[in-house]
Amino acid sequence: MAKVKGAIVVNTERCKGCNLCVVACPAKVLSLSPDSNLKGYNFSYMSNADSCVGCAACAYVCPDACITVYKVKTNTD
Amino acid sequence: MTLNDIIDPKNLVYAKTKVMNDTPMHYCPGCSHSVVHKLIAEVIEELDIQDKTIGIAPVGCAVFGYKYIDIDWQQAAHGRAPSLATAVKRLLPDRYVFTYQGDGDLAAIGTAETIHTCNRGENIAIFFINNGIYGMTGGQMAPTTLNGMKSTTSPSGRTVPLSGHPLDMTKLLAQLDGTCYVTRQSVHNIANIRKTKKAIKKALENSMLDKGTSVVEIVSTCSAGWNMTPADSNNWMEQNMIPAYPLGDMKDI
Amino acid sequence: MEEVRLMKGNEAIAEAAIRCGCDGYFGYPITPQSEIMETMMAIAPWNTTGMVVLQAESELASINMVFGAAGCGKRAMTSSSSPGVSLMQEGISDLACAELPCVLVNVMRGGPGIGTIQASQADYYQSVKGGGHGDYKMIVLAPASVQEMADHTVLAFDLAFQYRIPTMILTDGIIGQMMEKAILPPFRPRLTNDEIREKYPWATLGKTADRAPNYILTLELYSEDMEIINLRLQANYKRIQEAEVRYEEFSCEDADYLIIAFGTSARISQKVVELAREEGIKVGLLRPITLFPFPTNEIKAYASQVKAMLTVELNAGQMVDDVRLAVNGQVPVEHYGRLGGIIPTPDEVLEAMKRLIVNK
Repeated sequence: MAKVKGAIVVNTERCKGCNLCVVACPAKVLSLSPDSNLKGYNFSYMSNADSCVGCAACAYVCPDACITVYKVKTNTD
Repeated sequence: MTLNDIIDPKNLVYAKTKVMNDTPMHYCPGCSHSVVHKLIAEVIEELDIQDKTIGIAPVGCAVFGYKYIDIDWQQAAHGRAPSLATAVKRLLPDRYVFTYQGDGDLAAIGTAETIHTCNRGENIAIFFINNGIYGMTGGQMAPTTLNGMKSTTSPSGRTVPLSGHPLDMTKLLAQLDGTCYVTRQSVHNIANIRKTKKAIKKALENSMLDKGTSVVEIVSTCSAGWNMTPADSNNWMEQNMIPAYPLGDMKDI
Repeated sequence: MEEVRLMKGNEAIAEAAIRCGCDGYFGYPITPQSEIMETMMAIAPWNTTGMVVLQAESELASINMVFGAAGCGKRAMTSSSSPGVSLMQEGISDLACAELPCVLVNVMRGGPGIGTIQASQADYYQSVKGGGHGDYKMIVLAPASVQEMADHTVLAFDLAFQYRIPTMILTDGIIGQMMEKAILPPFRPRLTNDEIREKYPWATLGKTADRAPNYILTLELYSEDMEIINLRLQANYKRIQEAEVRYEEFSCEDADYLIIAFGTSARISQKVVELAREEGIKVGLLRPITLFPFPTNEIKAYASQVKAMLTVELNAGQMVDDVRLAVNGQVPVEHYGRLGGIIPTPDEVLEAMKRLIVNK
């Protein structure tokens, strides 16, 4: 059966840790990292990468255009 | 399949538009300004008009808008962006000209310029960020501040006897014969972000059709000024701002 | 072929602007200068040269339309009279900061306040000292005839673009309203966008692939950057002071006394020179044509020749300050003026000159 797998890459230095992507993700993939970037923001990351379907909701709501989204259709049983 | 297999240019779904440069935006975390900047940049890329677009920045938080969207910009004195845009468009009729203005800029100090520019039906797009507060100067009351809403110059909440009523500029502009498209949108969730992007695109396209002025108000948050988290700001906006400033097209001809 | 016409000074400005390739005029009616926009609207240059003429909703709007047009490298102008120019000061400060070339016309009337509609020169300080906020100057031209209203319009655009500076034609209700013959300048085509791109690479005409975006800005976050802009402006003003001083002399070679006057006052003072010489008093007249840059050195040179100087101004004594700075106490410098829109007769100026001679 075809399954959609997604992944995102966060520009962690551009991210301000606003948390809007975490709230927007329907699959609860994202969290704010306990680590912070050079500006002191706890940047967003995929804490639950397996659930990502590449819907790009996070990227649409990201105010700072930090998120790049990838998606593939795979055939797995 | 590993993450590295997925993260491959051929699988790309969404990336920052090239019209937006890599300079980090100065806006506070979660700011609606950033979302709208991103949408404008995306529309400019989609319409392929980077070389034909001239932006007019306001005074207010968006005064530095020019730093992030790679087009030619002029920065206006407080409230005067529509006058600059009028002259630019009249002298360069084949260019896409837009103003980007906040509520203080557009609905207080620049009220006359806004109304007369729209009344003349200048073929420009006006993007109006309404967050009910003066963000850059530190959270003072705006003409669009809601009754009861607190600000640094209405610390107990705005009252009508002292400050009058919140001004619905967009409704007013829709009454003018010079406007062709007047709409109110928001960017607090995916559905509304998509609608706002469509509105921005339509406004810019209209500016080449000799139909008159397009006004896109975006009801926005100011989490720093409102003293809330970005997510709470979005919720507060939905519950309080949108009932006072209902979303949707007011005019589309 | 030369075109000679009998016309008002205000009309001469309008005709000259259209002829010298002006791209846009933005204005708001106010007496005594409304003929400038009226003339343009009657000529309707958008049908010929393509020039835009637009009546704005206020002087605030018109000066900011000038900003927008000038930011695109276009030859833009506005005109007004004293109260309207006061309203424009924010925009003028912005134009100066952004180093935008443009032409502003002030057909002065009596003030302060809404004042009168009669001629005055009480906006000298406002014009030459930088009437808005911040350290800035404009080039200020002071025509004294209808011919010069036309000539200075062309000159103002040329200087504005040569130095990237707002340039003001500072005139008054008399020069604006009176009719004289004038030779109009030849037609000069408006620049195309490609020509503007070539000549003025800073212009916001749209970011082409071969360059970074252009920004026309007046706000800086950092004091260090703002100081750099200020130093650049000051260096420009120094260059202008060194290269662009213009003035005219009447009967100065053997003068014992020197009148310094500009615009309408200079016209009156020319008659005063004649009357004085008929009585055997050797009076000369130095007429500054540029008020900034001011002919400081030229006036200073006369301090070793003449016994006293008199400025004649339609104000309470403004340019007299600059004359006193120029002569630095070497000879007495006095002022004679009428206020609120009253024009002195040559006789009363001559009487003032005689009092100066007695009292010096």
